[in-house]
Amino acid sequence: MSNPIIEAHNVCFQYEDAAAPAVKDVSLTVEAGEFVAILGRNGSGKSTFAKLLNALLLPTGGTLRVNGLEARTEDDCYEVRRSCGMVFQNPDNQIVATIVEEDCAFGLENLGTPPEEIRRRVDEALLDVGMAEQAGASPSMLSGGQKQRVAVAGVLAMRPRIIVFDESTAMLDPVGRRDVFELARRLNREEGITIVWITHFMEEAALADRLLVMDRGRVALAGAPREVFAQVDRIMKLGLDVPEMMKLAARLRRAGVKLPEGIMTVDEMAVELCRLK
Amino acid sequence: MLKGVTIGQFFPGDSLIHRLDPRTKLLATIALIAIVFVSQGFAGFLLIAAFVLACCASTGIHLKFLFRGLKPILFIVLFTFALNLFFQSGTTVLLQLGPVKITAEGLRMASFMAVRLILLVVSSQLLTLTTSPIALTDGLESLFRPLEVVKFPAHEIAMMMSIALRFIPTLMDEADKIMKAQKARGADFETGNLLQRAKAMVPLLVPLFVGAFRRAEELALAMDARCYRGGAGRTRMHQLRFKGIDALAALAVLALLAAVIALNAFHVW
Repeated sequence: MSNPIIEAHNVCFQYEDAAAPAVKDVSLTVEAGEFVAILGRNGSGKSTFAKLLNALLLPTGGTLRVNGLEARTEDDCYEVRRSCGMVFQNPDNQIVATIVEEDCAFGLENLGTPPEEIRRRVDEALLDVGMAEQAGASPSMLSGGQKQRVAVAGVLAMRPRIIVFDESTAMLDPVGRRDVFELARRLNREEGITIVWITHFMEEAALADRLLVMDRGRVALAGAPREVFAQVDRIMKLGLDVPEMMKLAARLRRAGVKLPEGIMTVDEMAVELCRLK
Repeated sequence: MLKGVTIGQFFPGDSLIHRLDPRTKLLATIALIAIVFVSQGFAGFLLIAAFVLACCASTGIHLKFLFRGLKPILFIVLFTFALNLFFQSGTTVLLQLGPVKITAEGLRMASFMAVRLILLVVSSQLLTLTTSPIALTDGLESLFRPLEVVKFPAHEIAMMMSIALRFIPTLMDEADKIMKAQKARGADFETGNLLQRAKAMVPLLVPLFVGAFRRAEELALAMDARCYRGGAGRTRMHQLRFKGIDALAALAVLALLAAVIALNAFHVW
Protein backbone atom coordinates (compact mmCIF):
# COMPACT_ATOMS: atom_id res chain seq x y z
CA MET A 1 0.00 0.00 0.00
CA SER A 2 1.64 3.13 -1.17
CA ASN A 3 0.39 6.53 -0.19
CA PRO A 4 3.13 9.03 -0.93
CA ILE A 5 2.76 12.42 0.75
CA ILE A 6 6.05 13.93 -0.41
CA GLU A 7 7.25 13.19 -3.94
CA ALA A 8 10.47 14.76 -5.15
CA HIS A 9 11.73 14.19 -8.68
CA ASN A 10 15.17 15.54 -9.49
CA VAL A 11 14.63 18.55 -7.27
CA CYS A 12 17.33 21.18 -7.57
CA PHE A 13 17.76 24.46 -5.82
CA GLN A 14 20.41 27.10 -6.28
CA TYR A 15 20.54 30.28 -4.27
CA GLU A 16 21.03 33.42 -6.29
CA ASP A 17 24.69 34.44 -6.37
CA ALA A 18 25.75 30.94 -5.23
CA ALA A 19 28.38 29.08 -7.25
CA ALA A 20 26.92 25.61 -6.78
CA PRO A 21 23.37 24.40 -6.17
CA ALA A 22 22.47 23.77 -2.53
CA VAL A 23 20.20 20.86 -3.47
CA LYS A 24 21.05 18.71 -6.47
CA ASP A 25 18.82 16.14 -8.20
CA VAL A 26 17.08 14.93 -5.10
CA SER A 27 14.51 12.24 -5.84
CA LEU A 28 12.64 10.62 -3.01
CA THR A 29 9.21 9.75 -1.74
CA VAL A 30 7.93 9.86 1.79
CA GLU A 31 4.89 7.75 2.65
CA ALA A 32 2.08 9.26 4.71
CA GLY A 33 2.63 8.44 8.36
CA GLU A 34 6.36 7.83 8.01
CA PHE A 35 9.00 9.16 10.40
CA VAL A 36 11.95 10.11 8.21
CA ALA A 37 15.21 11.46 9.59
CA ILE A 38 17.62 13.47 7.48
CA LEU A 39 21.25 13.60 8.55
CA GLY A 40 24.03 15.64 7.09
CA ARG A 41 26.78 17.94 8.19
CA ASN A 42 26.56 21.72 7.91
CA GLY A 43 26.07 22.87 4.35
CA SER A 44 24.87 19.49 3.12
CA GLY A 45 21.62 21.06 1.90
CA LYS A 46 19.33 19.55 4.49
CA SER A 47 17.93 22.84 5.75
CA THR A 48 17.46 24.08 2.20
CA PHE A 49 15.54 20.90 1.44
CA ALA A 50 13.35 21.54 4.50
CA LYS A 51 12.52 25.01 3.22
CA LEU A 52 11.61 23.54 -0.17
CA LEU A 53 9.15 21.18 1.53
CA ASN A 54 7.48 24.13 3.21
CA ALA A 55 7.43 26.23 0.01
CA LEU A 56 9.55 28.88 1.71
CA LEU A 57 11.84 28.25 -1.25
CA LEU A 58 10.68 27.03 -4.63
CA PRO A 59 12.72 24.46 -6.59
CA THR A 60 14.79 25.87 -9.42
CA GLY A 61 14.55 22.50 -11.17
CA GLY A 62 12.59 19.27 -10.95
CA THR A 63 9.20 18.78 -9.38
CA LEU A 64 8.20 18.59 -5.74
CA ARG A 65 4.71 17.58 -4.68
CA VAL A 66 3.78 17.98 -1.03
CA ASN A 67 0.44 16.54 0.03
CA GLY A 68 -0.41 16.13 -3.65
CA LEU A 69 0.21 19.78 -4.40
CA GLU A 70 2.95 21.45 -6.36
CA ALA A 71 3.55 25.01 -5.18
CA ARG A 72 3.13 27.01 -8.36
CA THR A 73 0.87 29.92 -7.44
CA GLU A 74 0.95 31.99 -4.29
CA ASP A 75 -2.25 30.38 -2.99
CA ASP A 76 -0.72 26.93 -3.48
CA CYS A 77 2.25 28.06 -1.42
CA TYR A 78 0.02 28.95 1.50
CA GLU A 79 -1.81 25.63 1.23
CA VAL A 80 1.53 23.78 1.21
CA ARG A 81 2.67 25.76 4.24
CA ARG A 82 -0.53 24.91 6.08
CA SER A 83 -0.37 21.19 5.33
CA CYS A 84 3.38 20.98 5.93
CA GLY A 85 4.24 22.80 9.14
CA MET A 86 7.76 23.69 10.15
CA VAL A 87 9.53 23.93 13.49
CA PHE A 88 12.82 25.80 13.34
CA GLN A 89 16.05 25.53 15.27
CA ASN A 90 16.08 28.63 17.44
CA PRO A 91 13.16 28.57 19.88
CA ASP A 92 13.40 32.31 20.51
CA ASN A 93 13.22 33.39 16.91
CA GLN A 94 10.03 31.65 15.88
CA ILE A 95 7.65 32.83 18.57
CA VAL A 96 5.79 35.88 17.36
CA ALA A 97 3.39 36.83 20.15
CA THR A 98 3.91 37.94 23.74
CA ILE A 99 1.55 35.30 25.15
CA VAL A 100 1.75 31.54 24.61
CA GLU A 101 -1.83 31.05 23.42
CA GLU A 102 -1.67 34.12 21.18
CA ASP A 103 1.38 32.67 19.48
CA CYS A 104 -0.36 29.36 19.07
CA ALA A 105 -3.24 31.20 17.37
CA PHE A 106 -0.96 33.12 14.98
CA GLY A 107 -1.12 30.66 12.07
CA LEU A 108 -4.88 30.23 12.28
CA GLU A 109 -5.36 33.98 12.46
CA ASN A 110 -3.35 34.30 9.28
CA LEU A 111 -5.60 31.75 7.60
CA GLY A 112 -8.67 33.78 8.53
CA THR A 113 -10.20 31.08 10.73
CA PRO A 114 -13.29 32.18 12.72
CA PRO A 115 -12.43 33.20 16.34
CA GLU A 116 -14.40 30.42 18.09
CA GLU A 117 -12.72 27.81 15.91
CA ILE A 118 -9.28 29.30 16.68
CA ARG A 119 -10.03 29.20 20.41
CA ARG A 120 -11.04 25.52 20.22
CA ARG A 121 -8.08 24.40 18.15
CA VAL A 122 -5.57 26.41 20.19
CA ASP A 123 -6.83 24.82 23.42
CA GLU A 124 -6.63 21.38 21.83
CA ALA A 125 -3.13 21.94 20.48
CA LEU A 126 -1.78 23.29 23.77
CA LEU A 127 -3.27 20.34 25.63
CA ASP A 128 -1.77 17.99 23.07
CA VAL A 129 1.78 19.27 23.61
CA GLY A 130 1.32 19.56 27.39
CA MET A 131 1.48 23.35 27.55
CA ALA A 132 -2.15 24.07 28.50
CA GLU A 133 -1.15 25.30 31.95
CA GLN A 134 1.19 27.91 30.48
CA ALA A 135 -1.41 29.23 28.00
CA GLY A 136 -1.39 32.69 29.56
CA ALA A 137 2.34 32.87 30.23
CA SER A 138 4.91 35.00 28.47
CA PRO A 139 7.20 32.95 26.18
CA SER A 140 10.25 34.62 27.73
CA MET A 141 9.49 32.81 30.99
CA LEU A 142 9.64 29.35 29.35
CA SER A 143 12.56 26.96 28.94
CA GLY A 144 13.89 26.16 25.48
CA GLY A 145 12.09 22.82 25.36
CA GLN A 146 8.83 24.45 26.39
CA LYS A 147 9.24 27.12 23.72
CA GLN A 148 9.71 24.43 21.10
CA ARG A 149 6.57 22.69 22.33
CA VAL A 150 4.69 25.97 21.93
CA ALA A 151 6.05 26.20 18.39
CA VAL A 152 4.81 22.66 17.73
CA ALA A 153 1.39 23.62 19.13
CA GLY A 154 1.26 26.60 16.79
CA VAL A 155 1.89 24.27 13.86
CA LEU A 156 -0.50 21.59 15.14
CA ALA A 157 -3.35 24.07 15.45
CA MET A 158 -3.20 24.44 11.67
CA ARG A 159 -3.89 20.70 11.34
CA PRO A 160 -0.92 19.83 9.16
CA ARG A 161 -0.33 16.38 7.63
CA ILE A 162 3.44 16.78 7.75
CA ILE A 163 5.68 18.51 10.27
CA VAL A 164 9.27 19.28 9.37
CA PHE A 165 11.61 19.72 12.34
CA ASP A 166 14.67 21.59 11.14
CA GLU A 167 17.26 20.79 13.84
CA SER A 168 14.65 21.74 16.41
CA THR A 169 16.54 20.08 19.25
CA ALA A 170 19.99 21.46 18.44
CA MET A 171 19.79 24.34 20.91
CA LEU A 172 18.07 22.47 23.74
CA ASP A 173 19.36 20.86 26.91
CA PRO A 174 19.13 17.04 27.10
CA VAL A 175 15.77 17.11 28.90
CA GLY A 176 14.20 19.53 26.43
CA ARG A 177 15.68 17.55 23.56
CA ARG A 178 14.12 14.31 24.72
CA ASP A 179 10.77 16.03 25.36
CA VAL A 180 10.54 17.48 21.87
CA PHE A 181 11.73 14.31 20.20
CA GLU A 182 9.25 12.18 22.15
CA LEU A 183 6.50 14.65 21.26
CA ALA A 184 7.30 14.27 17.57
CA ARG A 185 7.31 10.48 17.90
CA ARG A 186 3.98 10.50 19.68
CA LEU A 187 2.37 12.78 17.08
CA ASN A 188 3.66 10.39 14.45
CA ARG A 189 2.41 7.27 16.18
CA GLU A 190 -0.88 8.45 17.59
CA GLU A 191 -2.05 11.08 15.14
CA GLY A 192 -0.44 9.69 12.02
CA ILE A 193 1.35 12.94 11.21
CA THR A 194 4.26 12.44 8.85
CA ILE A 195 7.47 13.68 10.43
CA VAL A 196 10.60 14.85 8.63
CA TRP A 197 13.21 15.07 11.36
CA ILE A 198 16.37 16.93 10.39
CA THR A 199 19.13 16.51 12.92
CA HIS A 200 22.75 15.85 13.57
CA PHE A 201 22.14 13.67 16.60
CA MET A 202 22.73 10.04 15.67
CA GLU A 203 20.68 8.71 18.58
CA GLU A 204 17.60 10.51 17.26
CA ALA A 205 18.19 9.46 13.67
CA ALA A 206 18.59 5.85 14.76
CA LEU A 207 14.99 5.77 15.98
CA ALA A 208 13.43 6.91 12.69
CA ASP A 209 11.59 4.60 10.27
CA ARG A 210 13.91 5.64 7.52
CA LEU A 211 17.12 7.60 7.34
CA LEU A 212 18.45 9.79 4.56
CA VAL A 213 22.00 11.07 4.63
CA MET A 214 22.61 14.19 2.60
CA ASP A 215 25.97 15.31 1.34
CA ARG A 216 26.73 18.29 -0.86
CA GLY A 217 23.11 18.67 -1.91
CA ARG A 218 22.52 15.03 -2.80
CA VAL A 219 21.02 12.09 -0.99
CA ALA A 220 24.15 10.03 -0.35
CA LEU A 221 22.63 7.16 1.61
CA ALA A 222 19.07 6.06 2.26
CA GLY A 223 17.42 3.20 4.05
CA ALA A 224 16.48 1.86 7.45
CA PRO A 225 18.75 3.36 10.13
CA ARG A 226 20.29 -0.05 10.86
CA GLU A 227 21.26 -0.57 7.23
CA VAL A 228 22.58 2.96 6.83
CA PHE A 229 24.60 2.97 10.03
CA ALA A 230 26.03 -0.45 9.16
CA GLN A 231 28.09 1.33 6.50
CA VAL A 232 30.31 2.81 9.18
CA ASP A 233 33.17 3.73 6.84
CA ARG A 234 31.03 5.55 4.33
CA ILE A 235 29.26 7.50 7.05
CA MET A 236 32.56 8.54 8.59
CA LYS A 237 33.76 9.59 5.17
CA LEU A 238 30.74 11.88 4.86
CA GLY A 239 31.94 13.67 7.98
CA LEU A 240 29.29 12.16 10.20
CA ASP A 241 29.38 9.99 13.25
CA VAL A 242 27.57 6.72 13.88
CA PRO A 243 26.08 5.64 17.21
CA GLU A 244 28.83 4.57 19.65
CA MET A 245 27.69 0.95 19.76
CA MET A 246 27.90 0.64 15.98
CA LYS A 247 31.47 1.88 16.10
CA LEU A 248 32.25 -0.59 18.87
CA ALA A 249 30.63 -3.44 16.93
CA ALA A 250 32.63 -2.57 13.83
CA ARG A 251 35.89 -2.59 15.81
CA LEU A 252 35.05 -5.85 17.53
CA ARG A 253 34.20 -7.43 14.20
CA ARG A 254 37.52 -6.27 12.77
CA ALA A 255 39.20 -7.85 15.78
CA GLY A 256 37.57 -11.14 14.94
CA VAL A 257 34.55 -11.15 17.26
CA LYS A 258 31.55 -12.53 15.40
CA LEU A 259 28.76 -10.01 15.90
CA PRO A 260 25.61 -9.66 13.77
CA GLU A 261 24.91 -6.45 11.82
CA GLY A 262 22.69 -3.71 13.09
CA ILE A 263 23.58 -3.30 16.75
CA MET A 264 22.71 0.26 17.72
CA THR A 265 21.99 0.49 21.43
CA VAL A 266 23.86 -0.50 24.60
CA ASP A 267 21.14 -3.02 25.44
CA GLU A 268 21.38 -4.74 22.08
CA MET A 269 25.15 -4.88 22.41
CA ALA A 270 24.88 -6.41 25.87
CA VAL A 271 22.49 -9.09 24.62
CA GLU A 272 24.70 -9.97 21.67
CA LEU A 273 27.87 -10.07 23.77
CA CYS A 274 26.22 -12.43 26.26
CA ARG A 275 25.27 -14.74 23.42
CA LEU A 276 28.93 -15.20 22.48
CA LYS A 277 30.53 -18.37 23.60
CA MET B 1 22.71 45.31 35.63
CA LEU B 2 19.92 44.94 33.11
CA LYS B 3 17.91 42.56 35.26
CA GLY B 4 14.69 43.72 36.76
CA VAL B 5 13.93 46.31 34.12
CA THR B 6 10.18 46.22 33.71
CA ILE B 7 8.54 46.96 30.41
CA GLY B 8 5.84 49.54 30.74
CA GLN B 9 4.26 49.76 34.13
CA PHE B 10 1.28 47.47 33.82
CA PHE B 11 -0.10 46.08 37.07
CA PRO B 12 -2.11 42.93 36.39
CA GLY B 13 -5.44 42.90 38.17
CA ASP B 14 -9.10 42.08 37.85
CA SER B 15 -10.78 45.36 38.77
CA LEU B 16 -13.56 46.97 36.75
CA ILE B 17 -11.09 49.30 35.08
CA HIS B 18 -8.77 46.41 34.26
CA ARG B 19 -11.64 44.64 32.55
CA LEU B 20 -12.65 47.60 30.40
CA ASP B 21 -12.09 47.26 26.68
CA PRO B 22 -8.71 48.84 25.83
CA ARG B 23 -10.44 51.01 23.24
CA THR B 24 -12.70 52.41 25.94
CA LYS B 25 -9.72 53.17 28.10
CA LEU B 26 -7.85 54.83 25.25
CA LEU B 27 -10.80 57.00 24.30
CA ALA B 28 -11.60 57.78 27.94
CA THR B 29 -8.00 58.86 28.50
CA ILE B 30 -8.17 61.19 25.51
CA ALA B 31 -11.47 62.54 26.84
CA LEU B 32 -9.96 63.00 30.29
CA ILE B 33 -7.09 64.98 28.83
CA ALA B 34 -9.56 67.14 26.94
CA ILE B 35 -11.54 67.70 30.14
CA VAL B 36 -8.39 68.85 31.92
CA PHE B 37 -8.02 71.50 29.21
CA VAL B 38 -11.69 72.43 29.38
CA SER B 39 -11.58 73.17 33.09
CA GLN B 40 -11.15 76.87 33.83
CA GLY B 41 -10.83 76.76 37.59
CA PHE B 42 -9.52 74.88 40.56
CA ALA B 43 -12.92 73.46 41.44
CA GLY B 44 -12.90 71.61 38.11
CA PHE B 45 -9.39 70.35 38.78
CA LEU B 46 -10.44 69.16 42.19
CA LEU B 47 -13.29 67.23 40.64
CA ILE B 48 -11.00 65.66 38.01
CA ALA B 49 -8.42 64.77 40.63
CA ALA B 50 -11.09 63.16 42.78
CA PHE B 51 -12.29 61.17 39.75
CA VAL B 52 -8.79 59.93 38.87
CA LEU B 53 -7.93 59.08 42.47
CA ALA B 54 -11.21 57.22 42.91
CA CYS B 55 -10.52 55.25 39.70
CA CYS B 56 -7.03 54.40 40.89
CA ALA B 57 -8.29 53.37 44.34
CA SER B 58 -10.84 51.05 42.72
CA THR B 59 -8.10 49.19 40.87
CA GLY B 60 -6.21 48.32 44.04
CA ILE B 61 -3.03 49.87 42.67
CA HIS B 62 -1.17 51.94 45.24
CA LEU B 63 -1.65 55.66 44.69
CA LYS B 64 2.09 56.31 44.71
CA PHE B 65 2.37 54.65 41.29
CA LEU B 66 0.09 57.31 39.85
CA PHE B 67 2.61 59.94 40.82
CA ARG B 68 5.69 58.01 39.82
CA GLY B 69 5.25 59.21 36.25
CA LEU B 70 5.67 62.77 37.48
CA LYS B 71 9.36 62.42 38.24
CA PRO B 72 10.64 63.04 34.70
CA ILE B 73 8.44 66.09 34.23
CA LEU B 74 9.00 67.57 37.67
CA PHE B 75 11.47 70.04 36.21
CA ILE B 76 9.01 71.20 33.57
CA VAL B 77 6.33 71.66 36.21
CA LEU B 78 8.64 73.76 38.41
CA PHE B 79 9.91 75.74 35.44
CA THR B 80 6.38 76.55 34.24
CA PHE B 81 5.40 77.47 37.77
CA ALA B 82 8.33 79.86 38.18
CA LEU B 83 7.86 81.39 34.75
CA ASN B 84 4.20 82.15 35.38
CA LEU B 85 4.85 83.29 38.90
CA PHE B 86 7.36 85.96 37.96
CA PHE B 87 6.23 87.09 34.55
CA GLN B 88 2.46 87.06 34.73
CA SER B 89 1.33 90.66 34.87
CA GLY B 90 -1.22 91.58 37.50
CA THR B 91 -2.43 94.34 39.72
CA THR B 92 -2.54 92.86 43.20
CA VAL B 93 1.07 92.79 44.31
CA LEU B 94 1.77 90.27 47.02
CA LEU B 95 5.52 90.61 47.28
CA GLN B 96 8.06 92.91 45.72
CA LEU B 97 11.84 92.51 45.74
CA GLY B 98 13.45 95.17 43.58
CA PRO B 99 12.29 94.65 40.00
CA VAL B 100 10.82 91.22 40.78
CA LYS B 101 7.23 91.19 41.96
CA ILE B 102 4.78 88.46 42.62
CA THR B 103 1.15 89.22 41.95
CA ALA B 104 -1.96 87.36 43.03
CA GLU B 105 -2.85 86.80 39.38
CA GLY B 106 0.63 85.41 38.79
CA LEU B 107 0.34 83.04 41.69
CA ARG B 108 -3.07 81.84 40.50
CA MET B 109 -1.89 81.35 36.93
CA ALA B 110 1.28 79.56 38.05
CA SER B 111 -0.61 77.15 40.29
CA PHE B 112 -3.25 76.65 37.60
CA MET B 113 -0.67 75.62 34.98
CA ALA B 114 1.23 73.39 37.38
CA VAL B 115 -1.90 71.57 38.49
CA ARG B 116 -3.01 71.18 34.88
CA LEU B 117 0.31 69.58 33.91
CA ILE B 118 0.24 67.24 36.88
CA LEU B 119 -3.33 66.19 36.14
CA LEU B 120 -2.48 65.52 32.49
CA VAL B 121 0.29 63.11 33.42
CA VAL B 122 -1.55 61.45 36.26
CA SER B 123 -4.68 60.75 34.23
CA SER B 124 -2.77 59.19 31.36
CA GLN B 125 -0.85 57.16 33.92
CA LEU B 126 -4.08 55.39 34.81
CA LEU B 127 -4.24 53.94 31.30
CA THR B 128 -0.78 52.41 31.29
CA LEU B 129 -1.11 51.10 34.82
CA THR B 130 -4.26 49.12 34.11
CA THR B 131 -3.78 48.06 30.47
CA SER B 132 -1.26 45.48 29.33
CA PRO B 133 0.92 46.58 26.41
CA ILE B 134 -0.65 43.87 24.27
CA ALA B 135 -4.18 45.02 25.02
CA LEU B 136 -3.04 48.56 24.28
CA THR B 137 -1.66 47.45 20.92
CA ASP B 138 -4.86 45.59 20.07
CA GLY B 139 -6.90 48.61 21.06
CA LEU B 140 -4.80 50.97 18.92
CA GLU B 141 -5.01 48.62 15.94
CA SER B 142 -8.76 48.42 16.24
CA LEU B 143 -9.17 52.18 16.64
CA PHE B 144 -6.96 52.96 13.65
CA ARG B 145 -8.54 50.26 11.47
CA PRO B 146 -10.93 52.67 9.75
CA LEU B 147 -7.92 54.69 8.58
CA GLU B 148 -6.77 51.76 6.45
CA VAL B 149 -9.04 53.09 3.72
CA VAL B 150 -6.61 55.96 3.35
CA LYS B 151 -3.69 53.47 3.37
CA PHE B 152 -2.76 54.02 7.00
CA PRO B 153 -0.87 50.81 7.96
CA ALA B 154 -2.77 50.14 11.22
CA HIS B 155 -2.18 46.39 11.24
CA GLU B 156 1.49 46.69 10.35
CA ILE B 157 2.15 49.25 13.06
CA ALA B 158 0.36 47.13 15.67
CA MET B 159 2.29 44.03 14.53
CA MET B 160 5.58 45.91 14.79
CA MET B 161 4.70 47.12 18.26
CA SER B 162 3.80 43.66 19.50
CA ILE B 163 6.92 42.07 18.01
CA ALA B 164 9.01 44.79 19.63
CA LEU B 165 7.36 43.99 22.96
CA ARG B 166 7.95 40.30 22.41
CA PHE B 167 11.67 40.78 21.76
CA ILE B 168 12.53 43.29 24.47
CA PRO B 169 13.15 40.58 27.12
CA THR B 170 15.05 38.45 24.60
CA LEU B 171 17.34 41.28 23.55
CA MET B 172 17.76 42.30 27.17
CA ASP B 173 19.03 38.81 28.00
CA GLU B 174 21.32 38.92 25.02
CA ALA B 175 22.74 42.31 26.00
CA ASP B 176 23.37 40.95 29.47
CA LYS B 177 25.20 37.93 28.05
CA ILE B 178 27.33 40.02 25.69
CA MET B 179 28.16 42.39 28.52
CA LYS B 180 29.34 39.54 30.70
CA ALA B 181 31.36 38.09 27.84
CA GLN B 182 33.03 41.47 27.22
CA LYS B 183 33.66 41.96 30.93
CA ALA B 184 35.28 38.54 31.11
CA ARG B 185 37.66 39.80 28.44
CA GLY B 186 38.49 42.89 30.45
CA ALA B 187 35.98 45.40 29.12
CA ASP B 188 35.15 48.21 31.52
CA PHE B 189 31.63 49.62 31.40
CA GLU B 190 31.54 51.41 34.72
CA THR B 191 34.45 53.81 35.11
CA GLY B 192 35.54 56.87 33.19
CA ASN B 193 33.68 59.97 32.10
CA LEU B 194 30.52 60.02 30.04
CA LEU B 195 32.38 59.90 26.73
CA GLN B 196 34.55 56.99 27.78
CA ARG B 197 31.57 55.06 28.99
CA ALA B 198 29.68 55.75 25.79
CA LYS B 199 32.68 54.45 23.86
CA ALA B 200 32.76 51.32 25.99
CA MET B 201 29.21 50.59 24.85
CA VAL B 202 30.25 50.20 21.21
CA PRO B 203 31.53 46.63 21.58
CA LEU B 204 28.22 45.85 23.27
CA LEU B 205 25.98 47.46 20.69
CA VAL B 206 27.60 46.05 17.57
CA PRO B 207 27.02 42.36 18.38
CA LEU B 208 23.60 43.22 19.76
CA PHE B 209 22.58 44.82 16.49
CA VAL B 210 24.02 42.04 14.37
CA GLY B 211 22.14 39.55 16.53
CA ALA B 212 18.91 41.51 16.24
CA PHE B 213 19.12 41.52 12.45
CA ARG B 214 19.73 37.78 12.39
CA ARG B 215 16.74 37.26 14.66
CA ALA B 216 14.57 39.47 12.51
CA GLU B 217 15.43 37.41 9.46
CA GLU B 218 14.64 34.12 11.17
CA LEU B 219 11.44 35.49 12.62
CA ALA B 220 10.31 36.66 9.18
CA LEU B 221 10.91 33.16 7.85
CA ALA B 222 8.98 31.60 10.73
CA MET B 223 6.09 34.01 10.10
CA ASP B 224 6.11 33.11 6.41
CA ALA B 225 6.07 29.43 7.31
CA ARG B 226 2.92 30.04 9.27
CA CYS B 227 1.18 31.66 6.32
CA TYR B 228 1.52 35.29 7.42
CA ARG B 229 0.55 37.63 4.58
CA GLY B 230 -0.24 40.95 6.22
CA GLY B 231 -3.44 42.22 7.76
CA ALA B 232 -5.86 41.48 4.91
CA GLY B 233 -8.15 38.53 5.56
CA ARG B 234 -6.72 38.00 9.02
CA THR B 235 -8.92 37.13 11.98
CA ARG B 236 -8.14 37.37 15.68
CA MET B 237 -8.68 34.82 18.41
CA HIS B 238 -9.46 37.51 20.98
CA GLN B 239 -12.19 39.74 19.64
CA LEU B 240 -12.51 43.10 21.32
CA ARG B 241 -16.08 43.57 22.47
CA PHE B 242 -17.74 46.53 24.17
CA LYS B 243 -19.64 45.41 27.25
CA GLY B 244 -21.96 46.99 29.79
CA ILE B 245 -19.10 48.32 31.89
CA ASP B 246 -17.73 50.15 28.84
CA ALA B 247 -20.99 52.09 28.51
CA LEU B 248 -20.82 52.76 32.23
CA ALA B 249 -17.29 54.13 31.92
CA ALA B 250 -18.31 56.32 29.01
CA LEU B 251 -21.21 57.68 31.06
CA ALA B 252 -18.91 58.42 34.00
CA VAL B 253 -16.51 60.36 31.79
CA LEU B 254 -19.39 62.27 30.18
CA ALA B 255 -20.77 63.10 33.60
CA LEU B 256 -17.36 64.44 34.60
CA LEU B 257 -17.25 66.57 31.45
CA ALA B 258 -20.73 67.96 32.16
CA ALA B 259 -19.80 68.76 35.74
CA VAL B 260 -16.63 70.56 34.70
CA ILE B 261 -18.50 72.61 32.08
CA ALA B 262 -21.12 73.51 34.68
CA LEU B 263 -18.41 74.66 37.10
CA ASN B 264 -16.93 76.78 34.30
CA ALA B 265 -20.29 78.33 33.50
CA PHE B 266 -20.89 79.37 37.09
CA HIS B 267 -17.35 80.72 37.37
CA VAL B 268 -16.80 78.75 40.50
CA TRP B 269 -13.36 79.61 41.86
